[in-house]
Amino acid sequence: MQLLALVQSITGESDESLADRFEGVSRKHIIATVLTTLTGLFYLSPLWGGISTAFKTKSAFINTVPLAPPPAGEITIQPWVVAWQTLEPALWNSLIITIPAMIFSAVLGSIAAYGLTMVDWRGQVALMSAFIAAIFLPKQGILLPLSRFWNTVNIQGILESLGYFTLPFAHESHATLLTLIITHSAYGISICTLLFRGYYLTIDDELIEAARIDGADMYATYWHIILPLSYPMFMVVFIFQFTQIYNEFLYALILVGGSDPSNGAPITLALAELNSGFSQNWNNQMAGAFITAIPTIIVYVLFGEQFAEGVKY
Amino acid sequence: MSLLTKLRSTFENQSRHGSEGRVGTSLRGHPFFRSMPFWLPPTLLMGLFVYGGILWNFVISLTDFSGVVRPEYKLSNFDFDMYVRMLTDPSFWSATRNTIFLLIVFTLVCLVVGLLLAILVDNLLKGQGIFRTLFLLPFALSFVVTGVFWQWMYNPTMGTINTIFDTIGLSILAQDWLGDPTLRLWSVMFALVWQYSGYAMIIYLASLRTISRDQYEAAKVDGAGFFTMYRHVIIPQLSSASVSIAVVLMVFSLKAFTWLYVVFGSNPGPAADILGVMMYRQAFAANQWAYGAALGTVLFLSSIAILAPYLRYQYKRGEL
Repeated sequence: MQLLALVQSITGESDESLADRFEGVSRKHIIATVLTTLTGLFYLSPLWGGISTAFKTKSAFINTVPLAPPPAGEITIQPWVVAWQTLEPALWNSLIITIPAMIFSAVLGSIAAYGLTMVDWRGQVALMSAFIAAIFLPKQGILLPLSRFWNTVNIQGILESLGYFTLPFAHESHATLLTLIITHSAYGISICTLLFRGYYLTIDDELIEAARIDGADMYATYWHIILPLSYPMFMVVFIFQFTQIYNEFLYALILVGGSDPSNGAPITLALAELNSGFSQNWNNQMAGAFITAIPTIIVYVLFGEQFAEGVKY
Repeated sequence: MSLLTKLRSTFENQSRHGSEGRVGTSLRGHPFFRSMPFWLPPTLLMGLFVYGGILWNFVISLTDFSGVVRPEYKLSNFDFDMYVRMLTDPSFWSATRNTIFLLIVFTLVCLVVGLLLAILVDNLLKGQGIFRTLFLLPFALSFVVTGVFWQWMYNPTMGTINTIFDTIGLSILAQDWLGDPTLRLWSVMFALVWQYSGYAMIIYLASLRTISRDQYEAAKVDGAGFFTMYRHVIIPQLSSASVSIAVVLMVFSLKAFTWLYVVFGSNPGPAADILGVMMYRQAFAANQWAYGAALGTVLFLSSIAILAPYLRYQYKRGEL
């Protein structure tokens, strides 16, 4: 116990919390627990208010406060049914956009990071700075060119000439979906590169040296050594990018004509539409918000560690 | 030998006696070219969409492109009219004022809240993981989702906040959080802090974990109380984490759009309009494309103004 503590104090590392170091429950712990619990309840309140409303019948909605759960006998899943009917096609759109885009941006980020860290040449840092600056790009700075660009580059026409629409599973919204996939992939490259670069900088150069001695060129080194080593980082990047792309709204708003899922609208767009009606149907909107949130909540609960890793960059 | 030096010598050797069997250093063997197949395609794609976009956006801002006038990309047509128009537009100044308010107040409040959360969680005996997950959860949600939830929270008649006040007899505190212009921006900021404080907390937690336990013990031995220890020993060491969080938060407040759009539509009114929303409104709702492009350029330059000193600071510290 003593030795462990000594080693940990030297390395400065500890994966125990501060509290673990001081054994026994002290007043400080109790205060911390109380405060954290109260704060936690406060943080949950928007979500709790939402979900409790989503299960209420109309009369329960009128007669009870949001924080109160639906009284027995006044629980209904009707809002969920209605919201699901509206949002379901949009959910598929979102997934069709998010998963390829997250894969493409991750792969491109990985190879870019490899090219920028595994060799040394002047101007590397400058190029890397360009990537970092791109992460912070305000979308408003490129929205207009983006919409003009996709007006000019007619994906619909390209797909038509390739005979894509003769395929049985093809749908007219696919042009829009492809547009969004490409857009998200391109804008995702910068953060993926940064994430991978941070990771590749920690890879022992002895490994690379050994590969070189064995006669491996850059491609072999990447394929046989770096890529397998990258799997944990790919998880981090996938989780982070999934969340970012799925939750995104502005590109969809600009690039999708209207909010109709059959036009390729992702679920964020469809939810905003659900919310924007003149007459607010709160029950349905709350259910809709939850349905929209569910994939990200699932990913977050299952892969919270990886998400936090990605966030730290 | 530093990592970079080792790598450099590794690949220089390789280029001399490379597996391709070349003798002597050739230009083709130079690491820049040899690694090009890896970094060039992503760089081109990124460069086109990001920097090409910025440039094109700037050019549009120099034209008179609007719903009626087509873009004339002629040098003779380029002028800074749109920027002059900005300076004389009162809605630009109210949006700028609000954006700066968010920039400063939102960032500061978020830093403080995030720090408090980190300290709280760090001092927990049990349940650290649960609370970390809980506080970071809003950050994993879309602004569309949270906008819908907060709209309900802030609803003046039936919403969560006002009904809580009514229930505990403090009806006097119930306000029209989103309707009242004096409160509107604060309500926005509050909801955004709720969403982003988890991010600040995570960064601070990671930073707190690197502080050696010895310091806590030494402070305790010296008789420092809880607050004194944090104020004088711990928090000063979090300054680099604070800076990096602040940069992210400030750039976010420049580009914030979705939450406000979902709650207010494209026009939150002068009380809560920010440049991020104004750009969209001018460019796409009002079809004033060149004007919108000028606003976009201003936003881009502002984010560079925040980012460049930070990158330079990181570079000087060798952490880039």
